[in-house]
Amino acid sequence: MTAFTLYNYVLSGNCYKIRLMAGILDVKYDTVAVDFYPGFEHRQNHMLALNPAGTLPVMTIGEQVLTDTQAMLAWIALNHDPSGTWYPAADPMLGPLVQQWLAFSGRLTNSAGLAGLHSMLNWPIDGEAARRAAIKDLRELELHLTDRVFEGKTWLVGDHPTIADIACFPYVALSPDAGLDHDGYPAIRNWLYAVRSLPGFVTMPGIHHLHELREGADG
Amino acid sequence: MSLEYAKNDWYAVADIFCLRDGPRRTRLLETDITVTGPAEDATVTDDQGNRYPVQLKFDHVWTTLGDSPRPLFDIPEGDEEGRRRVPCGVVRVNCSPLRAVENFLDIAHFPFVHTDILGSEPHTEVSPYKVAIREESDEVWATQVKFFQPQAAKSAGDGIVTDYDYRVPAPTVAVLYKTCPPKPEAQDVIAIFVQPVSETVSDVWPWMALYDDASTFSEMAQFQHEIFVQDRSILENQRPVKLPLDPKMEIPTRADMTSVAYRRWLKKRGAFYGALRDGA
Ligand SMILES: N[C@@H](CCC(=O)N[C@@H](CS)C(=O)NCC(=O)O)C(=O)O
Ligand SMILES: [Fe+2]
Repeated sequence: MTAFTLYNYVLSGNCYKIRLMAGILDVKYDTVAVDFYPGFEHRQNHMLALNPAGTLPVMTIGEQVLTDTQAMLAWIALNHDPSGTWYPAADPMLGPLVQQWLAFSGRLTNSAGLAGLHSMLNWPIDGEAARRAAIKDLRELELHLTDRVFEGKTWLVGDHPTIADIACFPYVALSPDAGLDHDGYPAIRNWLYAVRSLPGFVTMPGIHHLHELREGADG
Repeated sequence: MSLEYAKNDWYAVADIFCLRDGPRRTRLLETDITVTGPAEDATVTDDQGNRYPVQLKFDHVWTTLGDSPRPLFDIPEGDEEGRRRVPCGVVRVNCSPLRAVENFLDIAHFPFVHTDILGSEPHTEVSPYKVAIREESDEVWATQVKFFQPQAAKSAGDGIVTDYDYRVPAPTVAVLYKTCPPKPEAQDVIAIFVQPVSETVSDVWPWMALYDDASTFSEMAQFQHEIFVQDRSILENQRPVKLPLDPKMEIPTRADMTSVAYRRWLKKRGAFYGALRDGA
């Protein structure tokens, strides 16, 4: 028995968040390949019936449908993380902070994520505006992670990696593919490295395993 | 400058899907053009109102900017009964069009870039194969290429030794024929049609013609997207950006036999668009 079904596109950073979380927590799932590109199947009626917003991923748990990536991460953590550290929902401070960084990850989808779609798949949007917004978001993240380093911390929130780290990771890691390299962001680089070292880490096109980084490949 | 030579080749500038929602504004050899559908009856115009010849082939719209174009090559296998043809859309890569083709011809990178799909360690050995420039067709061919692959295609279950033939029918096109897992007597056909936007920017149209009755279109296309986008960051980081044609210019490990033949063939033809020339 698998835990859920993921309507998936291999180059989608949001779909990758789910594959990554499931990989780390060793959760087995089924996938349905959606022709996001070139077919734009996510905007066709049968997919809109599942998710009126016309976005991927979509997750089904039996009859239950989830259409927001961050909600899916919460579901995986609440149901498949015996340690309870990946989503400290009941903690009066950590819970809200995780929520805040989950929301930030939504901004990344619309900045760095769109910049990536524009530079790679000619997405019909204002690529320069997306890139400018992405730089602003990367600077905000760099500042936060620098503060965290001074506090002796590795992760976005608390003492453990959380679903907030998973949610923010893909579009930051992929930003060089959109022409936004990580040279000016040392704290981000360290944090990306930490996420990549998590046991159970899985890759996606444009995001390599750690040993490839050690051998000097560009990440 | 070799722009004049490049203008007399044909280039894919749209596929049968991308014109459904309106015309495609794009750039070919530094000229802004508009491709207007439907694909079966497409037109290509530039901003001065010049109209360019069009043909629909391999599920793509092809055009040429030159006055005396060389004929567009054929891929006869593409029309065979029972094959499923998969145009995979377009991927923008900031690289020389010739670099994109050269990378497609290189198998040595499989275990490192397409780990656990097209290659895996320790199976990194490329055994000797045959490379020729076929005079009658004026094409580069590499044949009897053998490589161990953990997942050769969407349709492959386990790891197999895959047989490849590679073919370069035009400077910015590469075609490969590889073992077809569900139909051993036939070969799958995979190609990239590179639309040179400029000497350092490429719009790449991957295309496949496969025997595979089990996978959905989306599964087959995503398999190709995954592989191609794994190459993308490598391609964007190659230096020099343009393809050096002087054999002394690059470390020989990357320049395998096919690549050496490709570069010689480009040089012999005078196909220098996207290339770094001797001493230049
Ligand atoms: N708020 C949604 C957004 C997801 C999202 O934007 N996904 C992208 C793919 S990574 C998408 O489906 N874009 C649709 C489009 O641009 O057509 C979530 O986080 O789940
Ligand atoms: Fe490759």
